[in-house]
Amino acid sequence: MSEGASAIELVFSGDTGLYSIIGLSLYVSLSAVALAALVGFPLGALLALVPFPGRSFVVVVVNAFMGLPPVVVGLAVYLLLSRAGPLGSLGILFTPRAMIIAQALLVLPIIAALARQTIEDLWTEYRDELTAMRIGPAGCVKTLLWDARFSLVTTLLAGFGRAAAEVGTVMIVGGNIDGFTRTMTTAIALETSKGDLPLAIGLGIVLITLVIGVNGIASGVRRYGEVRAG
Amino acid sequence: MAKFARGEWMHAGMSDLPISLDAATVRAGAVTILDGISLSISPGEPTLLVGPNGSGKSTLIRLGMGLIEASAGRVQWGGRTADDGKRRAMVFQRPVMLRRTVAENVAYALASRGIPRGERAGRTSALLERVGLAQLSDRAARRLSGGEQQRLALARALARDPEVLFLDEPTASLDPAATKAVEDIVRATATSGVKIVMATHDLGQARRLAGDIVFLVRGRVIEHAPAARFFSTPATPEAAAFLRGDLVI
Repeated sequence: MSEGASAIELVFSGDTGLYSIIGLSLYVSLSAVALAALVGFPLGALLALVPFPGRSFVVVVVNAFMGLPPVVVGLAVYLLLSRAGPLGSLGILFTPRAMIIAQALLVLPIIAALARQTIEDLWTEYRDELTAMRIGPAGCVKTLLWDARFSLVTTLLAGFGRAAAEVGTVMIVGGNIDGFTRTMTTAIALETSKGDLPLAIGLGIVLITLVIGVNGIASGVRRYGEVRAG
Repeated sequence: MAKFARGEWMHAGMSDLPISLDAATVRAGAVTILDGISLSISPGEPTLLVGPNGSGKSTLIRLGMGLIEASAGRVQWGGRTADDGKRRAMVFQRPVMLRRTVAENVAYALASRGIPRGERAGRTSALLERVGLAQLSDRAARRLSGGEQQRLALARALARDPEVLFLDEPTASLDPAATKAVEDIVRATATSGVKIVMATHDLGQARRLAGDIVFLVRGRVIEHAPAARFFSTPATPEAAAFLRGDLVI
């Protein structure tokens, strides 16, 4: 129990090491989600609205990739970015940038698949009405994205939850370097194996609080959406 | 204001009426839904499409609206086979409410025909006043009752300033009070000079609203006559049976 007590002390002591770890975790995961959304929303809309040969195969693959094992994504990005790899010349392996890229790849299928589902369902519902109002293709996409906005925010938060909680990719491509690429999850893994339980528990508490907070925001947004827009 | 005036001017002399169908046929796979329909819908009092379920009323509405194309035959609007359809509006049997407020639903329809942002609020309240929803303008549209949703759909359709308004059984699932509210709006709209083309399987409603009746059975027009004549002296045994309340299949 004394470990729990010193963990809480640590969280509230303003320990700079601890806060830089939390800060880096948030920076990496939020950037990864933003990057994944930039590609994932248009990709989801494309899969929902534009028929092309092989579309259902792509949908199956994207759906399946929602469950990609983080360590495998980490390994793939490691191979890409390692000195002998195709993108080795960038020299970004073991930097936060590499971690952002790896997490973005991990989260991209989640965002694309959920966005596709949301937009496709809405399109099925709206198609006749928008056609009768003679809304053009660009107008339809705009309308669907706007009217799906609350569901799409939930999609983003699902992606963020996945990114913030995973340890495999950031461990492999970031290297868990103290003060540079150490995140909450990698620090917990390391400190636990070292036996420094107070730091591990403290970070665990922060991480869980964060995840609960994010889910709270998600359900708040959903409820607001229901009241405001049905 | 200038922009709107220009839009109005563009409509002048480009009437969608009459809508004429020339042996128009619609097939879905092996099934023939509309079978060689020849029909002319002219300006004037409401045209009511009546007939049993599955007789092709909804499909005829969609064809007239330009939402679907004829598999064979021809549809013309004011003598033109293709147009932008901007002067036609439609209310579906189960209208889809955009996930926005009541007022935003109407404003969306106004925006879709190029009404500038500054004019939308005023026009929106006028339209909501017209359908009796002014007090509910800030409510989420999907939270409205069935009858209120149908009236909002009417406001949205009227926002498009149509020359022809198609309605596909708009009161099919409404109670008498809500039905009356919708019929009152339809009647007022017809009086204001908008051509109404409405499907119904409610003969009482057809009596109340129709100028002329198009009677459909199994995808064919069996009879097209002024309402008074259709109801007093139907020309075909099918229409007579339908009016008696016999099951016409």
